[in-house]
Amino acid sequence: MKALTPLLAVLAIIAFVAMAGHAHAGLILLAVFVPYAAFAVFLVGFCYRVARWACVPVPFRIPTTCGQQRSLPWIKPASLDNPSTGWGAFRRMALEVLLFRSLFRNNRARLDDRRLVLGEDRYLWLGALAFHWSLLVILLRHLRLFLQPVPNWLSGMERVDGFFDVATPALYLSDVVILSALVYLTARRVRNPQVRYISLPIDYLGLFLLLGSAASGLLMRFTFRVDVVAIKQFALGLAVFHPIAPRALAPIFLVHLFLVSALAAYFPFSKLMHMGGVFLSPTRNLANNNRRQRHINPWNYPVKTHSYAEWEHEFRDKLIAAKLPIESQDAATITVD
Amino acid sequence: MPQQLLSIEPHNPEGDWRDAKVEFRKGTMCYAAAPKNLTYLGLPNPRPWQPFDADWKLPPNWKQTILDGMKERLQKYRSFRLFMEICVRCGACADKCHFYIGSGDPKNMPVLRAELMRSVYRRYFTLTGRVLGSLAGARELTEDVIKEWFYYFYQCTECRRCSVFCPYGIDTAEITMMGRELLDLIGCNINWVMEPAANCFRTGNHLGVQPHAFQDSLQFAGDEASEITGLPIDVPINRKGAEVLFVMPSADYFGTPHYYTLLGYLMLFHEIGLDYTLSTFASEGGNFGLFSSHELTKRLNAKIYEEAKRLRVKWILGGECGHMWRVFHQYMGTMNGPADFLEPPVSPITGTRFENARSTRAVHICEFTADLIYHGKLRLNPSRNDHWNVTYHDSCNPSRAMGLLEEPRHILKSVCRKFYEMPENTIREQTFCCGSGAGLGTDENLEMRLRGGFPRANAVKYVREKHGVNLLACICAIDKATLPTLMEYWVPGVEVAGVHELLGNALVMTGEKERITDLRGEDLRGDDLRGEDLRDKNLRGEPLTNEDAAHE
Repeated sequence: MKALTPLLAVLAIIAFVAMAGHAHAGLILLAVFVPYAAFAVFLVGFCYRVARWACVPVPFRIPTTCGQQRSLPWIKPASLDNPSTGWGAFRRMALEVLLFRSLFRNNRARLDDRRLVLGEDRYLWLGALAFHWSLLVILLRHLRLFLQPVPNWLSGMERVDGFFDVATPALYLSDVVILSALVYLTARRVRNPQVRYISLPIDYLGLFLLLGSAASGLLMRFTFRVDVVAIKQFALGLAVFHPIAPRALAPIFLVHLFLVSALAAYFPFSKLMHMGGVFLSPTRNLANNNRRQRHINPWNYPVKTHSYAEWEHEFRDKLIAAKLPIESQDAATITVD
Repeated sequence: MPQQLLSIEPHNPEGDWRDAKVEFRKGTMCYAAAPKNLTYLGLPNPRPWQPFDADWKLPPNWKQTILDGMKERLQKYRSFRLFMEICVRCGACADKCHFYIGSGDPKNMPVLRAELMRSVYRRYFTLTGRVLGSLAGARELTEDVIKEWFYYFYQCTECRRCSVFCPYGIDTAEITMMGRELLDLIGCNINWVMEPAANCFRTGNHLGVQPHAFQDSLQFAGDEASEITGLPIDVPINRKGAEVLFVMPSADYFGTPHYYTLLGYLMLFHEIGLDYTLSTFASEGGNFGLFSSHELTKRLNAKIYEEAKRLRVKWILGGECGHMWRVFHQYMGTMNGPADFLEPPVSPITGTRFENARSTRAVHICEFTADLIYHGKLRLNPSRNDHWNVTYHDSCNPSRAMGLLEEPRHILKSVCRKFYEMPENTIREQTFCCGSGAGLGTDENLEMRLRGGFPRANAVKYVREKHGVNLLACICAIDKATLPTLMEYWVPGVEVAGVHELLGNALVMTGEKERITDLRGEDLRGDDLRGEDLRDKNLRGEPLTNEDAAHE
């Protein structure tokens, strides 16, 4: 029941917003102050976290190699999974970030009467990819609220997204996909015994905030039918730092706005930072050219070693007895003796 | 060895992992480092103790020491800071760890192994952890947590298999390495790592072999190779001005079946007339410092370049060893380079410039030999390995920290005729560890080794049943030391050999006498001879015709 606390937290947020939205002061707070504050926290926090990672040195070049190295000219190297150049590492990262290549490798180990069976398991990859891509599309679609006139590429994207044209207003494919993917990912976290065991209460918070945001967005569009024109006016005002809070904003819109704000503000303090972190992962973003090109450790410091001279001094008699050549002069004298 | 086969059963994890209590049971842990080894290396808190003691005799300020150590490393290793912060607990790594598969212990899931440390990181270094506490997965650092760290960070072979599957490349080996460094600070380390490290620091090799004994065993190997081939095979030691310094793991000259690989090297070098030398000072390529701390890695590795410089060689050739190659490939140049006193390696036989080793100037023997074979410089009679049905175990470090996958396969396919791959998900970058790497290959840890090695053994069993495989080839000294036990337990009837042992068998040497035996001294002629002619061809090293092969 690790999911209980985060679930209650998200429900409490919703209840609070739905009630506070009625008062005028509450409206100003929820519609103006909260989004600005959340956005500021997100921007500053995100940049701070990435900068803090970037400031930590990478003392050793430690790529995880997932294919043949570039060695002899007649052996074909795996230039994507074991890149030997910066360009190769860039392409590896692109595949990782855009297509989740490592997750695509996933398989499932199953024990079947003392036999280990490794079966393909692409559901996590599919769920993750579906969620992230639809999230991106949805975020881009929201630009419509902040841009006047709406650029052509955005309208084009919306047409493709609403291709199926099943409802009025059009049901977007990305909405269906993100909800399904989030439900799958949540269900997986709850139902898969291993994943349930490793999950922290806080792992559910991100999922519930996302589910809440998506659900409130859909309710706004299909059930409560909010005044889109008013919302766009309000959003444009926010965008140019000249907010005009209309007399009444639908409570469902405030709930949506607040959940998204909460998510944004929570982002830099959470594992959601994997979005920035993935680009900095030293096992993925470096070329495997260690022996070709020296990697410098900025804090490399001298260490206490056992030098050859010390070693020879300790084993001199044995070296002489074994007639092995020695370096030091004093030892040469002993040989003569 | 356990009398009954261990029960490897799937079971679902229960309870709360944040409960740190660990039961130390013989067979699933390693004994503590003897104080003399820590004293010799100048490491903190040497004392007699054992993990199953109630009182670990930690230094009074142990908690501050650990937290300070974490803070320092968070500022020095981006990998550490990043891997503490970006895991989303998706669980992709969970069933990728051989220890989790073999033990069913949920804390052996890579994600949880890392969470053992992340929970402490959150509590002391993050805002959410301080404010939300256990809701954010934060935990107090207690003595029980230290014991748990010790148990699980010495139950990880740093094989990096999980890192292949992680969407962010989180490498549990990095976390385990940090965990072990931190435990070193308060003197909680294992003898199977610290004794070889102390030996290596003093004598130049893990086994503590002194120079005269080194010379004896190498000369003995030379004599044995001479006897098998009828050729005078010399073993040059500490010879200044040689072109190549050959460095191998010490097990190659003191362990079995490593020793047959050594015979293979010596025969190869004799046949091609390589101008090389061995060294009594750099008599170990392996580096148990890697299983302890970055600093100790560097301290033990320093002798390689120092000796190459003293002997005025042009470049370094490295033998078959797994973690030695992780160090040579990913750490040596950075730690102890630049190797500007050496020359970029060029094969004196084929003229091939090893461009991939241009800076570090260390070439893997499989790269070197594969190049020789590709250029037709070796006469090979693979039928001399016909008594072996061979499969190849990719050792973790050469595959996941280097990508040395095709070179050994090229050699194997040239020196034996019956070669079969294990299933795809168990080889190359997805290879399963032997279960005994990273310093865990000791007998007091046998049950855990057999559990951890189960996935590997299971894949061998598959090809044994399907193709009659009876030989597991590999290029790692720890593999050669521990896979025989693993095979005996899970897949009886499968032997273990180095790639260069098989090469030595197949190598047709100029002026050699009839090969009566293979390098193990086993009769090559067998009982089921198909006629004098074929046998003689076999022994003379002449290539077999298709007709001959069909005869088989």
